[in-house]
Amino acid sequence: MLPSMEALFGELTRRFGPKRCLTQPESLLAYECDGFTIHRQRPLAVVLPEDTEEVVAAVRLLHAHRVAFLPRGAGTGLSGGATPTEPLVILDTARMKRVLRVDPEERIATVQPGVVNLDLTRHVRAHGLHYAPDPSSQSVCTIGGNLAENSGGPHCFKYGMTTDHVLGAKVVLPDGTLVELGGPAGARPCGGLDLTGLFCGSEGTFGIATEITVRLSPDPESTVTLLASFRSMRDACGACSDIVAAGLVPAALEILDKATIGAIEASVYRAGYPADAAAVLLVELDGPAAATEADAEEVLMLCRSRDAIAIETAHSPEDRLRLWKGRKGAFGAMGRLSTDLYVLDGVVPRTRLIDTLETITAIGAKYRVTLTNVFHAGDGNLHPNIAYDGRDAEETQRVVAAGMEILRTCVAAGGSITGEHGIGSEKLDHVALMFTAEDLEVMERVRSVFNPDGRCNPGKVLPTRNSCAEVGRWPEMVARVLDPGGPSP
Amino acid sequence: MTEAGPELPFYRDTLGCVHCGLCLPACPTYQELGDETESPRGRILLSRALAEGRIADGARIASHFDRCLGCLACESACPSGVRYRHVLEGTRAELNQRAPERGVRARLRKLLLSQVVARPRRLRWAFAALGLAERTGLRRLAQRLGLIPQLTERLLPAVPPRQQRLPLVGAFPPPGVTRGRVALFTGCVMEQAFGEINRKTLALLQANGFHVDVVTDQGCCGALHLHDGQLELARRLAQRNVDAFRGADVIVTNSAGCGAALRDYGHLLGSAVAADFAGRCRDVCEFLAEQGLSATPAPFPHRVAYDDPCHLCHGQGVRTPPRALLRTVPGIQLVDHPSAETCCGSAGIYNLLQPELASAIGADKAGQLRATGAEVVITGNPGCIMQIRAHLSGTGMRVLHPVEVLLPESG
Repeated sequence: MLPSMEALFGELTRRFGPKRCLTQPESLLAYECDGFTIHRQRPLAVVLPEDTEEVVAAVRLLHAHRVAFLPRGAGTGLSGGATPTEPLVILDTARMKRVLRVDPEERIATVQPGVVNLDLTRHVRAHGLHYAPDPSSQSVCTIGGNLAENSGGPHCFKYGMTTDHVLGAKVVLPDGTLVELGGPAGARPCGGLDLTGLFCGSEGTFGIATEITVRLSPDPESTVTLLASFRSMRDACGACSDIVAAGLVPAALEILDKATIGAIEASVYRAGYPADAAAVLLVELDGPAAATEADAEEVLMLCRSRDAIAIETAHSPEDRLRLWKGRKGAFGAMGRLSTDLYVLDGVVPRTRLIDTLETITAIGAKYRVTLTNVFHAGDGNLHPNIAYDGRDAEETQRVVAAGMEILRTCVAAGGSITGEHGIGSEKLDHVALMFTAEDLEVMERVRSVFNPDGRCNPGKVLPTRNSCAEVGRWPEMVARVLDPGGPSP
Repeated sequence: MTEAGPELPFYRDTLGCVHCGLCLPACPTYQELGDETESPRGRILLSRALAEGRIADGARIASHFDRCLGCLACESACPSGVRYRHVLEGTRAELNQRAPERGVRARLRKLLLSQVVARPRRLRWAFAALGLAERTGLRRLAQRLGLIPQLTERLLPAVPPRQQRLPLVGAFPPPGVTRGRVALFTGCVMEQAFGEINRKTLALLQANGFHVDVVTDQGCCGALHLHDGQLELARRLAQRNVDAFRGADVIVTNSAGCGAALRDYGHLLGSAVAADFAGRCRDVCEFLAEQGLSATPAPFPHRVAYDDPCHLCHGQGVRTPPRALLRTVPGIQLVDHPSAETCCGSAGIYNLLQPELASAIGADKAGQLRATGAEVVITGNPGCIMQIRAHLSGTGMRVLHPVEVLLPESG
């Protein structure tokens, strides 16, 4: 260990105590990856601050010692955003889980970054309010992580992504400066440059938000959830397109394929999805009671005209919860298929869904990987899941290659390489599919305003200047997983 | 990759985890500490690393496994179906072998578990001695001298009178027509500290028309030893019970912790006979809910909160039966208790080993229970009863085992 590191650890331990400053290398293996497990590297240390002041103190120490760091929420991200790419310290916000202020009249709340997404909704439920963006991991993932990744979720089809619900934030910049972004006063932007918008989705490379003010949404008067099952994926996608084409704006439009249904039904998240269906379409309608009833009728009709095998309509909160439970547990349930899971995240125009899915199936066959699909159909946000055994180097290479080709297909169809999971370390190679060198140069210049030394979550979002070199990083990082004796800090 | 991995029996169990994190909100230690190394996902990663030979010195990760309550709430939350209990037990056994704990306290604990708890006669003597110390004021003296830590003292129950500690043995026919025949598992600490609950369980089964056999050769289920990493001893204890209950169709338990352990004998012993034994075990509430009560319980006009013992809801998947039975009690008012499935911090002897953390978790549980407005808390596990009683002392709230309110009037 470098002498300066010893001094830094000494100072951090003095400030945070041994329980909130973890430095034992063996224990730190628990932090070697987030929900994206292909890249792994253990951090030098983990610090668990509890408030803004402590984050400032920690970041100043790190800055003084010229040591890189990254912020971490619950570690549920799926693009490696919270995984070190070089020796660094993790600032874990798990203990920053206080709801600081709720104003039910103004419909806003200010929270610490470690507040769990669903806990915020539980906290404001008595006021008839909720926090709208709902990633599938909402029972675990944090508002701070959601802000960093600009997270989505099933209900974003109607209600928008995280960026549409964040009004402002207190942010500690990589040099320890505390700034206030946005205007938490009201629902309108406060003028000046929209720095909150820039910060949102910067994947922890602009600094750490320590207090976040978000918009709360009123609970709809009524909600109806329908589950329609189909004989083919083509029918399910067709029904989805018909629903949108008819001018309906469902709160959510989700599709799950047969293999996903099988895994969910074998798990504790079993939801009673029909086993004989090739695909199911989950539709949620909300709003005034009369309108949702009329919309539900229309959805029923449209699904029938696509030869739906069965349609279940859930009105009671219990039944709706059950139908959603399966969808929310889908990712983890796929763990039943193999030891590791690679959750992809690509977007295509809704009209290109079925063609893209067919191409994806062909890609899966070509690379001989186990591939399933569960996705936000309304947004055209695909999540092909590849189950594989990460201990098998050759299989892992095939999985990575299949992923690359799938995202290439999405871009070719007029879509993008991420709908809600971010770029992280996962898709540094894929960025060039979307952006020119000039585009990336502008982004890099914007980032360097916040993060001039590049020590805040290095190796994420943007490839380094000589971006061709990044292409070579994948095999190297995969190799790190496969060779436990390999380089570690 | 080293070759060690596949050889360790828990290695396969660790592979089921895809790192989704859905277990984090269910884990009491993660909720309390916010530290990934104190979460199921983190511990599984550490176990896997241990098995893969990435951790040379096991002692350096042992504290994370010591701090796990073993409440198994993570299993109920896991979409991938990871059998965390096997990861935990396997890792503890491996660590116990590779890096046995040193120090007087650890040795004393291991000795107490292997030489006293595992041996029914010695355990009876120990309780007799404890009772004597209590009557002669020795226990109070020891406490005053600071020989027993205050947190520990609060948890230890008063030693019941001698006649309640006498072992139950024999065949007990029902008063009227026999509906069926069952064997009762009487446990080790259960028999000595909660003999009255064993007697009430017996009376309840009899009152509901069951012939009850209490076989002599049974003993401790081995759960505490397994949690302590004493795998071989746990296996010997398990085999003793498998043999003792060979003739029984149904083995009824009234301690959730024991029940969960007995029902995992198939995995522990890896034999068909053991798996068959495990398949014949039933929690007393589960069994009676299946069979239906033939004797109406005595009226119990109180507000009651049912608290799920972890090893009943997460360990055995038994959630509805106790509630269904309690609803049949005349006059009872079962109140809503949203945190019923969260651990109380008892966790076997965890509250004695990790008093600080157990106390924080116990205080949380007491707060949630007080908020329900219940007068009585009902839970079917001796450790939970002791822990919740300790944390509710002074509130006037009582803590009872379900069988205590299911007995008919005459019982």
